[in-house]
Amino acid sequence: MTRLLGWLAALALAAGVIMGFAIAPREATQGNVQRIMYLHVPTAWVAYLAFGVVLLASIAYLARRAPAADRLAHASAEVGVVFTGLTIAAGSIWGKPTWGTWWTWDARLTSVAILFVMYLGYLLLRGMIDDGERAARYCAVLGIVAALDVPLVHFSVYWWRTLHQPPSVLKPGAATMPPAILAALLVNVVAFTLLYVYFVAKRVRLLRDETEALA
Amino acid sequence: MAWKDLLVERRSKETLNALLFFSLALLFVFQFALGPDRERLAAVLPGLLWLGFILSGILGLGRVFLVERENDCWEGLLLAPGDKSAIYLGKLAGSLVLMLVVEALVLALFVLFFDVDLGPALPGLTLVILLGTVGFSALGTLFAAMTAQVRARELLFPVLLLPVLVPVLLATVKATEAVLLREPLADVAHWLKLLVAADVVYLVVGLLTFDFILEG
Repeated sequence: MTRLLGWLAALALAAGVIMGFAIAPREATQGNVQRIMYLHVPTAWVAYLAFGVVLLASIAYLARRAPAADRLAHASAEVGVVFTGLTIAAGSIWGKPTWGTWWTWDARLTSVAILFVMYLGYLLLRGMIDDGERAARYCAVLGIVAALDVPLVHFSVYWWRTLHQPPSVLKPGAATMPPAILAALLVNVVAFTLLYVYFVAKRVRLLRDETEALA
Repeated sequence: MAWKDLLVERRSKETLNALLFFSLALLFVFQFALGPDRERLAAVLPGLLWLGFILSGILGLGRVFLVERENDCWEGLLLAPGDKSAIYLGKLAGSLVLMLVVEALVLALFVLFFDVDLGPALPGLTLVILLGTVGFSALGTLFAAMTAQVRARELLFPVLLLPVLVPVLLATVKATEAVLLREPLADVAHWLKLLVAADVVYLVVGLLTFDFILEG
């Protein structure tokens, strides 16, 4: 099952690469740099998805005390942090030629950076607690606090300053992208989502085997 | 619970004294870092003020549950009859009062050393500080309980707390800035609303999840 998922993800990623590089047209003003979007947007989406899953799994763990829920939260947080890092890195590489700087304290950049540090702290907390059951409980609480903090961070940083271009797909009204670019983007979003599910499934299984081996 | 903590604090005064000297040292450090330029100082004053509050708050709040550990009262807390959220509220009230006292004194020191005229801004400033401190202590108390039983707790507590507190920090600094510039409070209403929202969220989450932290 996991293996099938892995192949599916690989296939979708290959399709995404082909769509992104060969089929989607060169963007008129930004040139080839724009193609970074096919990585940047899907990784950002996966990061938010991952942290949403952490929230749900944390609530489920506190309600049911099922170790499986904790493993899901753990795996999802790890994958989420990696993808947040990827989002920031890809965004930086795009920002240098486009905005002329690797980093600026724009609202969205700042809030993603805060998210990154917040969930790094979450993983740090996990690493610092030896007792598995306590680690699960504490991290579940932190997972909930961190997720609820996201909207607060978003608004505070947004009011603080903003420069980022408005979202291009999920916004009221019709999308303003040519269909070929939009299609390439959506294929990549699906591909990265599959990749996320695959990573999490693998990691959950690894965590289960770990606990079983230690038990 | 709050009563007990405040009583202990009043008798020993150890946290309060240490925090005061710490804030005094901080003021000197700020002064050295920024030099004597009065205008530059005025421009960064709100940020400095909250940096002072946050740093002394982190030191103070980090100790809230260590007192129980040092005196072997942790088991007593765990076994305490009734609702665990009462313990949370008690600890919260205790640290809130401590923080407010420290903040009032730090503010007085700022007035003394940096010669700022707070007079007309005081009511607005009090409101902002009160709102900010409630959110800070609500989250700080929860995290302090969480990190009390963990390795490297002195390190982990600020590492966890600071990023989550960013909204409160931004809102308080911005609101303080406006208040010090004598702008009407209505101009920063969105920041005050954000602070209230943050306070409510942290308090509710703290009350609901505190049980799970005090389980063992």
